Amino acid sequence: MIAFSVNGKNVNLDVDPSTPLLWVIRDHLQLTGTKYGCGMAQCGACTIHINGEAVRSCVAPVSRAAGKSITTIEGLSPDLSHPLQRAWIEEDVPQCGYCQSGQLMSAAVLLREKATPTDNDIDEAMTGNICRCGTYPRIRRAIHRAAGMKMTESPR
Amino acid sequence: MSTQPIDQPKSRAAFPRRQFLKLSVAASGGLLVGFYLPALSSKAAAEESPNVFMPNAFVRIGTDERITVIVNHSEMGQGVYTSLPMLLADELDADWSKVGFESAPVDPKYNHPAFGMQMTGGSSSVWSGLEQFRQAGAAARAMLVAAAAQRWNIDPASCRTDSGAVFDSSNRKFTYGQLASDAAKLTPPAKVQLKDPKNFKLIGKPIKRLDTPVKLDGKAVFGLDVNLAGMLTAVVARPPIFGAKVKSVDDSKASSMPGVRKIAQIPSGVAVVADTFWQAKVARDSLRVEWDEGAMHNFSSSELMQTFREKAKTPGASVRKEGDTTAALAGAAKKIQAVYEAPYLSHLMMEPLNCVVDLRTASCEVWTGSQFQTVDRANAAKTAGLPNDKVQLHTTFLGGGFGRRANPQSDFVVEAVEVAKAVGAPAKVKVVWTREDDMQGGWYRPMFLHAIEGGVDASGNAVFFTSRSVGQSIMKGTPFEAMMGGKPYDPASVEGIDDLPYAIPNITIESHGVDVNVPVQWLRSVGHSHTAFAVECFIDELAGLAQKDPYQFRRALLQKQPRYLGVLDLAAQKADWGKKLPKGVGRGIAVHFAFGSYSAHVAEVSVADGKIKVHRMVCAIDCGQYVNPGIIAAQTEGGAIFGASAALFQELTFADGRLQQTNFNTFPVMRMNECPAIETYIVENKEKSGGIGEPGVPCAAPAIANAVFAVTGKRFRRLPMRLSEAV
Repeated sequence: MIAFSVNGKNVNLDVDPSTPLLWVIRDHLQLTGTKYGCGMAQCGACTIHINGEAVRSCVAPVSRAAGKSITTIEGLSPDLSHPLQRAWIEEDVPQCGYCQSGQLMSAAVLLREKATPTDNDIDEAMTGNICRCGTYPRIRRAIHRAAGMKMTESPR
Repeated sequence: MSTQPIDQPKSRAAFPRRQFLKLSVAASGGLLVGFYLPALSSKAAAEESPNVFMPNAFVRIGTDERITVIVNHSEMGQGVYTSLPMLLADELDADWSKVGFESAPVDPKYNHPAFGMQMTGGSSSVWSGLEQFRQAGAAARAMLVAAAAQRWNIDPASCRTDSGAVFDSSNRKFTYGQLASDAAKLTPPAKVQLKDPKNFKLIGKPIKRLDTPVKLDGKAVFGLDVNLAGMLTAVVARPPIFGAKVKSVDDSKASSMPGVRKIAQIPSGVAVVADTFWQAKVARDSLRVEWDEGAMHNFSSSELMQTFREKAKTPGASVRKEGDTTAALAGAAKKIQAVYEAPYLSHLMMEPLNCVVDLRTASCEVWTGSQFQTVDRANAAKTAGLPNDKVQLHTTFLGGGFGRRANPQSDFVVEAVEVAKAVGAPAKVKVVWTREDDMQGGWYRPMFLHAIEGGVDASGNAVFFTSRSVGQSIMKGTPFEAMMGGKPYDPASVEGIDDLPYAIPNITIESHGVDVNVPVQWLRSVGHSHTAFAVECFIDELAGLAQKDPYQFRRALLQKQPRYLGVLDLAAQKADWGKKLPKGVGRGIAVHFAFGSYSAHVAEVSVADGKIKVHRMVCAIDCGQYVNPGIIAAQTEGGAIFGASAALFQELTFADGRLQQTNFNTFPVMRMNECPAIETYIVENKEKSGGIGEPGVPCAAPAIANAVFAVTGKRFRRLPMRLSEAV
């Protein structure tokens, strides 16, 4: 049995410890917002947080989550109120939308670490997340916008 | 697709929330989580909801004021779940905040009006839906007005509508929700008056997409996200070589692995069915399959290209002939030959292929991200041995399509039905393709070669242009061969060359079809994805030969092509063409027509450390009358990045019959740090609406290549661009 928390809820699972966390999240916990894109940490679609750090869940065995706190896109905010979600809406970022969970989860760590990220910071933090539709220019704008919101509108 | 009783309060504008019945399941650890299942059929919903007003196939108005637009095109990122509802809502005078969307079930009434089947492709959703959706909105509006006029006992002509309500001359009002049940009893009008475009409230405005919120919190349901109670997951071992057949299977290891329920040979390979994806995948990887490799066992793409080069030396089928190129060639002051080569490409949607099938003894339900509903349903029915009307196909969100999900043989749907059959009805199965499976599964953009020759006279005027294209038809041998129109060549192989717009007096265009047993199909911008590279790079070379500026050289040859000229001038002007750039930075320009729209790009690039860096792309687009300029900008940006990815990084190659690329590490996609700044400018006019999903792709490669020439003095003759191969 492997115990950890997901979006604030405790789970205790009987699952092969070598199973990638991505598939435990998707198939066992039925949280399908976290996406499969490559299975080898190339595309970032599966990005989640383990104890606040961005992790490619497709290559992280579930054993790595033991005793830790996991956040998935479903737990980023209860109501689309995270500055990044609001900025993503303002900039009309998504096209097909499939990669956006991973983009948001990567951007959330960036924004926590750097309140006003530069373009270089964005390149560094977001280059592991592929978007095949080509929403990069809007993602960049939305991160800058969210940074502004965070300062002026979201004191936490 | 399915619906639910309309009297329930509904959340904002989102198909999964409204359309999927929320269930709760206990995960093994006792965590209660919600997931969504496609629920009631439209028929059941209508029976349970007598107050619903559904004047036609495209709109449903509830007593709760909700307006649901039923969209017959698939949402794969191009924004149809917003742009098509905008058309309907504008004519309806709806309150936009009450408008939502739903994907259409498979039914002839949702057929593409131009293509005669239900499908999404060819950058055609908006132009083909213009009349359809406006008419549907106007008809609904007329019936709501009639219902209100009846209640007030006044002439309908004295009523007006605004923001989801009907008003009389003294501003008494009924909301559409209040009128829905009365309106439902009326007969739809035979003819309706459409709005004067000057009265549009939504059309032409950058309205925000309706599907954004569900794509930011994990609620959007893609094919891969469909989970049915009791569903198994399958992963299939497919042949490593096209045409190879299973000779023997050793499944001794796999069959005893945890969770494995079934291992079965199916026509496309060996399916491993398990409780979860990971169990199925690990077991599939442990299979020892011996293949009868077949005729393609030593197929080599580089050898195939060599045969293309040879073929290009012989005359092909005539596509276009004007003047006398032989005489012009002999009389030209200067001439130049160039052979352009483009590789096989993978669509590489972010969401790998997948399909869910619920097979019962006398019926079947399919959930997948389809671009080809009519074809996919028919192929699923045929495979299941059921009549079409016993098969329901639910279109989920598509995690990218780019043409791959419009497969002439419905390969990924048929295979899933085969797996369900192997398990035995009743069976609920999801077939998941890994990224490697998806990339190696075929149906690529075919490899192409274009051999071009041209010349100028002593004053630098272009006097002749000949081209000979060599490549595999995407139509031949498929049910869509009729789209070749009986021609001795595939129009999709030469589209973008055949309509060469430049005023060159002598033109010869020929095409060679080559039969290869690699499955190929349309990929975003289809033939234009390689022809624009060849033509627009060659025109640049011709400008060089004439010692003229590449922009001015094009301008001079496009004097009788105002819409080409319009985008060319706009892009050049916005990109400050002719103004000095920092040392080491160069500009390149390209212009192209595709899918009813005109596009021009100016790229700014530099070359350092053996790498091409694209700094800026200025895009001009003329798609005629448009619906949502925000979506047009997004598609143009995305198209430029899609085209640039292919131009800079992408190539599929075969050796010993096997594809040598497997994943994003060997078939790269442009990333954030490589992405240029992109600006989009839209030409304003009243021309017929053209497409927008694909026209932004073709100019990217030639604009970048021409910009690299401006910096390095070297030309690229093949894609992807490798500085070591520049000449």
